[in-house]
Amino acid sequence: MILSHPQTTLEPRAKRRSALKSALKVMKYGFFDLLRSRWIIIYTLFFLAVTSGLLYFGGDANQAVLSTLNLVLLVVPLISLVLGLSYYYYTRDFVELILTQPIGRSSVFLGHFSGLALPLVAAFLLGSGLPFLLAGVRQGADWRVIASLMVAGTLVSLIFSALAFWIGLLNEERVKALGIALGVWLGMTMIYDGLLLLFSILMQAYPIERSLIILSLFNPIDLSRILVLLQLDTAALMGYTGAVFQRYFGSNLGILASLGSLLIWTGLPVYLGLRSFKRKNF
Amino acid sequence: MKRLVGILLVLGTALLGTTWVYGQSTLEVCPTCSLTSLKTAIAQANPHDKILVNGGSYTEGTILVDKPLTLEGLNQPILDGEGKVEILTITASDVTVRGFTFQNAGISHTADQAALKTLEVENCLIENNTFLNNFFAIYLGKTKHCQVLHNTVKAHATSESFSGNAVHLWDCSEIVVKDNYLSGQRDGVYLEFVKDSLIENNISEANLRYGLHFMYSNNNIFRNNRFRANGAGVAVMYSKNIEMTQNHFEDNWGSAIYGLLLKEINDSRLYNNVFHDNSVGIYVDGANRTDISFNDFSHNGYALRILSSSMGVTIAHNNFYGNSFDVTTNANRSYNAFLENYWEAYQGYDLNHDGFGDVPYRPVRLFALTVENYPQTMILMRSPLEQFMDYAERILPIFTPKAIEDDRPLMRRVLW
Repeated sequence: MILSHPQTTLEPRAKRRSALKSALKVMKYGFFDLLRSRWIIIYTLFFLAVTSGLLYFGGDANQAVLSTLNLVLLVVPLISLVLGLSYYYYTRDFVELILTQPIGRSSVFLGHFSGLALPLVAAFLLGSGLPFLLAGVRQGADWRVIASLMVAGTLVSLIFSALAFWIGLLNEERVKALGIALGVWLGMTMIYDGLLLLFSILMQAYPIERSLIILSLFNPIDLSRILVLLQLDTAALMGYTGAVFQRYFGSNLGILASLGSLLIWTGLPVYLGLRSFKRKNF
Repeated sequence: MKRLVGILLVLGTALLGTTWVYGQSTLEVCPTCSLTSLKTAIAQANPHDKILVNGGSYTEGTILVDKPLTLEGLNQPILDGEGKVEILTITASDVTVRGFTFQNAGISHTADQAALKTLEVENCLIENNTFLNNFFAIYLGKTKHCQVLHNTVKAHATSESFSGNAVHLWDCSEIVVKDNYLSGQRDGVYLEFVKDSLIENNISEANLRYGLHFMYSNNNIFRNNRFRANGAGVAVMYSKNIEMTQNHFEDNWGSAIYGLLLKEINDSRLYNNVFHDNSVGIYVDGANRTDISFNDFSHNGYALRILSSSMGVTIAHNNFYGNSFDVTTNANRSYNAFLENYWEAYQGYDLNHDGFGDVPYRPVRLFALTVENYPQTMILMRSPLEQFMDYAERILPIFTPKAIEDDRPLMRRVLW
């Protein structure tokens, strides 16, 4: 059944305001629903435990940042995808119900998506940010390193929950969607880097630093890693290659480009999800 | 033992040189005294007299000290070279220079003009002086039994060719350079053809080129110095029987910049040094029979880069932590020994609780080797793939050099 929206006679501005209002309302439901779910609590506690443990036992704040970076690169995308998908299927009935109401589809989708993404981001920021704020700063961690880690984690959460929604929308079957999600996760965390490695080895005779920089823009996980790396491992990034990377990613233009690319990475799946949501025949 | 005797000899004779005062008389120089010129005072003085300079500023061109004298400054008298000439040239033995401020020794591209230069002398003592904005500051040429103590050297050099070294020793022996602060020159301490000398308790920082630089200088001791943020770190080359202990190498950043570069250093010992925050902690390019023990390597890009041109280097009881790469090398073989070091990255276990890990540790990671051979792969640093590669290599080691292996890695940090 395709729902036809009742024609409203509101002014465009008021229309927009009411759309935002509805989106916020939908988000509120999702948000509190998810906050009550034990998975998000376990996710928060997991980060809280791991980060505090790393800070407590590691003794070195920068070392803890490094280990947390590994979590951000591996665990955050995976959890965002899996949790996103299960949330999507779990709330399908609710969404179908909402769609019978006189609310635009964009509002429903955006509200629904933020209802998932914001708790995920909040869980990450709370779980890993709090220990760093409490202990990391005292242990002499560089605030820039921590800030870049938080930005990277936030964006990765957003990107992969948006991807989860999009994958869910395209697939009626849960198992198939989960398979695709795992494929995306593996591809972005491992296989893409493997191809980069292969590329660098095959093309070793050529100055491929610039091409590598461009290629890294196509993978949000690589991008967020490099963002943190530039704050942290500067000492190892010396030499010609390191200098090229640093000059690019360290410059304002480079930072803007990487951040911009990450934002596009966030926006694109949201847009694609929205498009399929609008067209989808529930 | 031989070296110790040498040092004692230096100290002993230098002490003798300064206290040998039979029939000494004192001439006073000050702006209001009868003597207002240091040059005139030196001309009038008898050997072993003392010239006391009380305040004032003296621009007398190059002052030549050609007889054994004690020059002592009270209230920091200033000797000025006006950016043109060398200030004080000492050509006699048994000279003491104490308490002066030397400034503006002239830059020259044909002569090594210094604020204070000794040439072919013995038993001199240079202490408590301040050197500001000179070309070379303290220059000892063909000098023996000399002490350089408690001096402060500051300059604001901007280019290597328009700047000399803070302490420059050329063809010297039995020199003591101690408790000096050296900054802003080309090299902090420079030694060429110097032997049996002691460089101790100096701070050498923010020099344009090297904090410490020596070549062809055997049998020297470098102890408890701090080399910080120098243009290219510290480079020691073509020397043997060197002892470097308790030094700090810190904040040396940039490509081709090292905490310490060892180039053709043989039969030497490096103990209790701290390498912290350098792009490369130690770059070993051709060291032989050298012992690197009880050192701390922390937060460096590369803690230790050891090239295959090295043989018989022992790396034992060191601490490696917080480095991006602990050890890298450029070959599959290695003729150096890694023993009982503490590696933060070690993931083995110690079942019998003897303090040593039961599984050998290979500090050269596969990823480090990959980066060494294909520098562009640096972009994959800290990626999950890197960890996967290292993990796979740990289980099935085929690529990393088998020779670089610590059979008894320590479970806890070495305390020294």
